[in-house]
Amino acid sequence: MPKNTKTTISLRRRIVNSVALGAIVLATAIVIVPLFLIMGTVAYHGIAGLNWAFFTQMPKPPGESGGGMANALVGSGMILLVASAIGIPLGIGTGIFLAEFGRNMYGNVVRFTADVLNGVPSIVIGLTAWALVVVSQKHFSALSGGIALGIMMIPTVSRTTEEVLLMVPQSVREAALGLGIPYWRTTLSVVVRTAMSGIVTGIMLAFARIAGESAPLMFTAFGNQFWNTNLKEPTAAVPLQIYVYAISPFDDWHRLAWTGAFVLITLIAGAMILFRTVTSRGVMRGTT
Amino acid sequence: MPVLPKTKVRKESPQAASSSGNGSTKKPTIVFRRETGQSEGRIADTAFKVLVFACAISLLTVVVLILLQLVRQSELSLHKFGLRFLSTDAWNPVTGRFGALAFVFGTIVSSFLGLLIAVPLSLGTALFLTELCPPFLRRILGTMVELLAAIPSVIYGLWGIFVLAPVLRLYVEPWLQNYLGWTGLFSGPPLGVGMLAAGIILAIMILPIVASVTREVILAVPSQQREAVLALGATRWETLRMGVLRNARVGIVGAIILGLGRAIGETMAVTMVIGNSSYIPKSLIAPGNTLASVVALEFAEAVDDLHLSSLVELALVLFGITLIVNAIARLLVWSVTRGAPARTLA
Repeated sequence: MPKNTKTTISLRRRIVNSVALGAIVLATAIVIVPLFLIMGTVAYHGIAGLNWAFFTQMPKPPGESGGGMANALVGSGMILLVASAIGIPLGIGTGIFLAEFGRNMYGNVVRFTADVLNGVPSIVIGLTAWALVVVSQKHFSALSGGIALGIMMIPTVSRTTEEVLLMVPQSVREAALGLGIPYWRTTLSVVVRTAMSGIVTGIMLAFARIAGESAPLMFTAFGNQFWNTNLKEPTAAVPLQIYVYAISPFDDWHRLAWTGAFVLITLIAGAMILFRTVTSRGVMRGTT
Repeated sequence: MPVLPKTKVRKESPQAASSSGNGSTKKPTIVFRRETGQSEGRIADTAFKVLVFACAISLLTVVVLILLQLVRQSELSLHKFGLRFLSTDAWNPVTGRFGALAFVFGTIVSSFLGLLIAVPLSLGTALFLTELCPPFLRRILGTMVELLAAIPSVIYGLWGIFVLAPVLRLYVEPWLQNYLGWTGLFSGPPLGVGMLAAGIILAIMILPIVASVTREVILAVPSQQREAVLALGATRWETLRMGVLRNARVGIVGAIILGLGRAIGETMAVTMVIGNSSYIPKSLIAPGNTLASVVALEFAEAVDDLHLSSLVELALVLFGITLIVNAIARLLVWSVTRGAPARTLA
């Protein structure tokens, strides 16, 4: 029977079929190539420059070899801390709203806004933080950078939170409500708790995304060649430093840029892979 | 679930309970207070709802705030240049004349160049991942495509400067000039950096978003559609074309527009490889600038009020374009995926 059907398909259709399927496979292969090229180059140049000094030393002036990004690492940490303080609570709150009360028009408006905000260029958000904070305070600061990145975190955290909360079966909610527990307590102590690992990894995903952002920091955190732990002062950040070093003409600075890129990519890829593992087969598996 | 008793059960005397020693030995007397518990619960429920609603409102506030701040900061240039801002191509901080045409042009050309490369590749990838891929490969390939999306912009730029630009300058651009020079699209000295480099980098950067949204849309097409076409004796490709692509086309257009939105707003990588020139690029390999890249380049150094305000107006234009583009894209994607079963994390 299968043999019969095969012979009824004309040669032209069979050729078109093979060519089209071949093109699809080829396209996928071509898409994967840049990933390996970029990852490979960053690893090749980055690992070569990876040493203890990178994490512990300050940047050296051009011409002197060695040095590290200690101040930028600490600065990134500070900025990301501020961003998390803004983005995580607002993001989780919005996520809870969307999952628990958002099955209606209001929810769709918020969902739509979140998606649109996600598409707003990061440099525009950076300019907004500049207009809000830097203009009124009259100087660049880690705080303003944190605010910019915090805003960028909200859409990602809220959408992933919504997604994992919806994976919690309705029966779990009903069981808790059936025991006479108020709705808010059910949501926080039962639903959110069940989905906690998913929410945490969603946060890490958003965190990884903003950790690599440099455009919104250019006019907010601004960068700093020196040590700074004051939230109200200009502060260095790893992605900004990579940019400055990459466009500089010094080989030593290029080396530092590659190493910074390698550290950043390792951090981000780690968070990504963790997210996928947890949401698709970890704790959430039993609940889907 | 250890947290449950706390809510409906109340300690009669907290002082007695706390003074009765450490946790292992204490056994507080408890009474049920159902009535009060419920009315308190109702107030708390409302408070909770208001709280999460406030969080959700913050998103809307942010979007409004962005618009207000950008308009306020660009007032000077909005008043001085009006609509001519978009139609003049002079950008000269020294003489104080500012027009965005060269950057609008650069943004459009680089974005469309990026789409031209990215769309066929990401459609192919999405089709492969959803329809043809053996299950064991699906997860690995899916993660790889997502990783591509997770690489920071500045690292794309770094790679663009040190790997892509030299390759373009030494091999690709001379080749293009030799064989396609007659089109006039590749005139000028091969610099490596320029519109072509920006287009290629943009293509790599928007591939994952176009591919993943297309995948989402394709997954939303009911399998009966495929089965029906298959039952009519279609080949595999015909099934994809008639059963899948035709039903998903609105959503796929949405995915492409979404990619366009990303390409328009992309900043750092483009700034690093586009060559940074304030004139309308004469060819595809000539240097140029986009709206985003000129803001990134000049904003920190601008001292003149009019210059600053013109740069903020560029950002305002960028915000307006991306807002519209994203809104259209989302509506198109939703029109296909809404009502579909929850997205599976393949």
